[in-house]
Amino acid sequence: MIVQTIVFYIFAGVTIGAAVMVVAARNPVHSVLFLILAFFNSAGLFVLMGAEFVAMILIIVYVGAVAVLFLFVVMMLDINFVELRQGFLQYLPIGGVIGLILMIELIMLLGAETVAIPKTLLATVPIPPIEDRTNTAAIGDVLYTKYIYAFQAAGMVLFTAMVGAIVLTLRERSGVRKQRISNQVSRRRAESVELKKVEPRDGL
Amino acid sequence: MQFFRQSLRSLLLTELVAGMIVTLRQLFKPAVTINYPYEKGPLGPRFRGEHALRRYPNGEERCIACKLCEAICPAQAILIEAEPRSDGSRRATRYDIDMTKCIYCGLCEEACPVDAIVEGPNFEFAAETREELFYNKEKLLANGDRWEHQISANLKTDAPYR
Amino acid sequence: MVDGSSIGFWAGYAWPVILIVLKVLAIVVPLLLLVAYMTLAERKIMAAMQMRLGPNVVGPLGIWQAFADGLKMICKETIIPTGSNKVVFLAAPLITFVLATLGWAVVPFDAGLVLADINVGVLFLFAISSLGVYGIIMAGWASNSRYPFLGALRSAAQMVSYEVSMGFVIITVLLAVGSLNLSDIVESQRNIWFFIPLFPMFIIFFISTLAETNRHPFDLPEAESELVAGYQVEYSAMTFGLFFVGEYANMFLMSAFTTVLFLGGWLPPFDIEPFTWIPGYIWFFLKVAFLLFVFVWIRATLPRYRYDQLMRLGWKVFLPFSLLWVVITAGALIIFDWLPGA
Repeated sequence: MIVQTIVFYIFAGVTIGAAVMVVAARNPVHSVLFLILAFFNSAGLFVLMGAEFVAMILIIVYVGAVAVLFLFVVMMLDINFVELRQGFLQYLPIGGVIGLILMIELIMLLGAETVAIPKTLLATVPIPPIEDRTNTAAIGDVLYTKYIYAFQAAGMVLFTAMVGAIVLTLRERSGVRKQRISNQVSRRRAESVELKKVEPRDGL
Repeated sequence: MQFFRQSLRSLLLTELVAGMIVTLRQLFKPAVTINYPYEKGPLGPRFRGEHALRRYPNGEERCIACKLCEAICPAQAILIEAEPRSDGSRRATRYDIDMTKCIYCGLCEEACPVDAIVEGPNFEFAAETREELFYNKEKLLANGDRWEHQISANLKTDAPYR
Repeated sequence: MVDGSSIGFWAGYAWPVILIVLKVLAIVVPLLLLVAYMTLAERKIMAAMQMRLGPNVVGPLGIWQAFADGLKMICKETIIPTGSNKVVFLAAPLITFVLATLGWAVVPFDAGLVLADINVGVLFLFAISSLGVYGIIMAGWASNSRYPFLGALRSAAQMVSYEVSMGFVIITVLLAVGSLNLSDIVESQRNIWFFIPLFPMFIIFFISTLAETNRHPFDLPEAESELVAGYQVEYSAMTFGLFFVGEYANMFLMSAFTTVLFLGGWLPPFDIEPFTWIPGYIWFFLKVAFLLFVFVWIRATLPRYRYDQLMRLGWKVFLPFSLLWVVITAGALIIFDWLPGA
């Protein structure tokens, strides 16, 4: 148990440290790299809780795909981040207030849990013992039964966002010469090569 | 029908597989290259490699310091200084070739009236410093002694065509 | 772990840690040796396919060539460009190398012969392979140089694109298995290896691994004819060496992944007498070796893809095709009532 506690504090400490550095780092690319470090450590925290599926999905989706695109964009953008940071102090009060509110909410939530929470509210589906069911299967059990509508709705929202992004960026330009690979590949010798007998000093 | 066949072909990656089979067949063919430092390709008798100064069979050096090679050298890589020797014959006191300048055109060889300077069959004279490539008379004569056997054989083979 | 105080320090903590370290070494050391010999094998096979001789001077048949190369890299000077971002510059090759060796923790070499038999082994390997891009992208950015940066951008786009179809391929396999545990995946192939019923997915997965490991014909991040050497331009000596080893170890890892998913892992091709005499890890190794041979074979055969062709293949061909196959596989499993587990 003591090992787990130590590991937990290491993960938690690094997560918080990295999260602070995300905001504090001067270089935006460093910020993204610290963000990735924070993701990793939160994945570690998930593993400690026994939620390895969520941990892996966190790494695959956020670190493997989203953060890559983040990094991509941040590296490509040529923004003067020092200038952008000028107004930092100006927004500090608002940011602080929002952070404070979030923290109070969290404390209230945690406090409420320790006080009393009706068991019926938490688990309407009986939770099988952890040895029988891997947490991947357990998530699948509720995700595709109890929360199927919410799940589908989330899918629809993402789909709409994707279609929207494509519609916004797609533009048809006329008169552009494009490579049509299927045409190229399906070309046959008979229709593209013509052998002609050329008479000397006669030409075609 | 054509469309069907075409899509089947691209779906089954036939062209890719055909290419892969070609390389797989090559895998089992013997190598066509030679194992260079241990095996060497044939050299023609006119091969123009490292320079050498030859001697007559009695040991007398052939060069008479006529400076024809120096004159014809397009890269001006040759430097000759001449003085009469104690027996009164005209000899080179200095015969330098800057091998880093030389373009291995073989004009010196052709200009030489006594077949003294020749380009031998040796092409493996790479060195680690530039200085080693500034050849002097001793080095060139030593080359001549070392390669004389092959040089004279080459000259003999090539003689009818000169 | 039970109450720590009653077990004591040695039995409770020290021995397990030492055991784990030994196990890790037992995997990593042979892996690095194999990587060294993979470079030699690649040069030999390519040479044979191009009717050349290949390295044969250092030792009989050139068997010490790999060590000579390694020694050369260690002895050279590590150059850190002045304009580079030093920490990130040095971290990048380390990340590539560590990630390539990290994945081996979950690979089952034989029944029960696995370092960490975790329930989400497939996701772990998938995550590791998708993280490989970080080493490259960090190297490209930290070098503060044009060609490495272009290589890094290419690599990032390429790997994100091909991960999508790879994910779908993995989903079809998972549908047929009903578990995310790699050992379970192998066990469920006892009757038939998955590459037969899921042949198109096997091909897509294999081609995607080529793109994922930046191998020919998808080696655009390091395309030497246009980007010099891409993200490796500014690297020298052992920093380059770590990239090199990491890349080859990654090839091994992806081949092992393909073997587990489609070629029946440690299972012999036929479950009858002469084949079952050979131990499982030998079969596993043979399958990985075959896939690596195909890697080299493809390198010797195909020219490099153009970048837009690469993207077209990933998004317009593989993605719809693999999505279709997910639907077909799921439909077939439901119709014929072949769904596993449940």
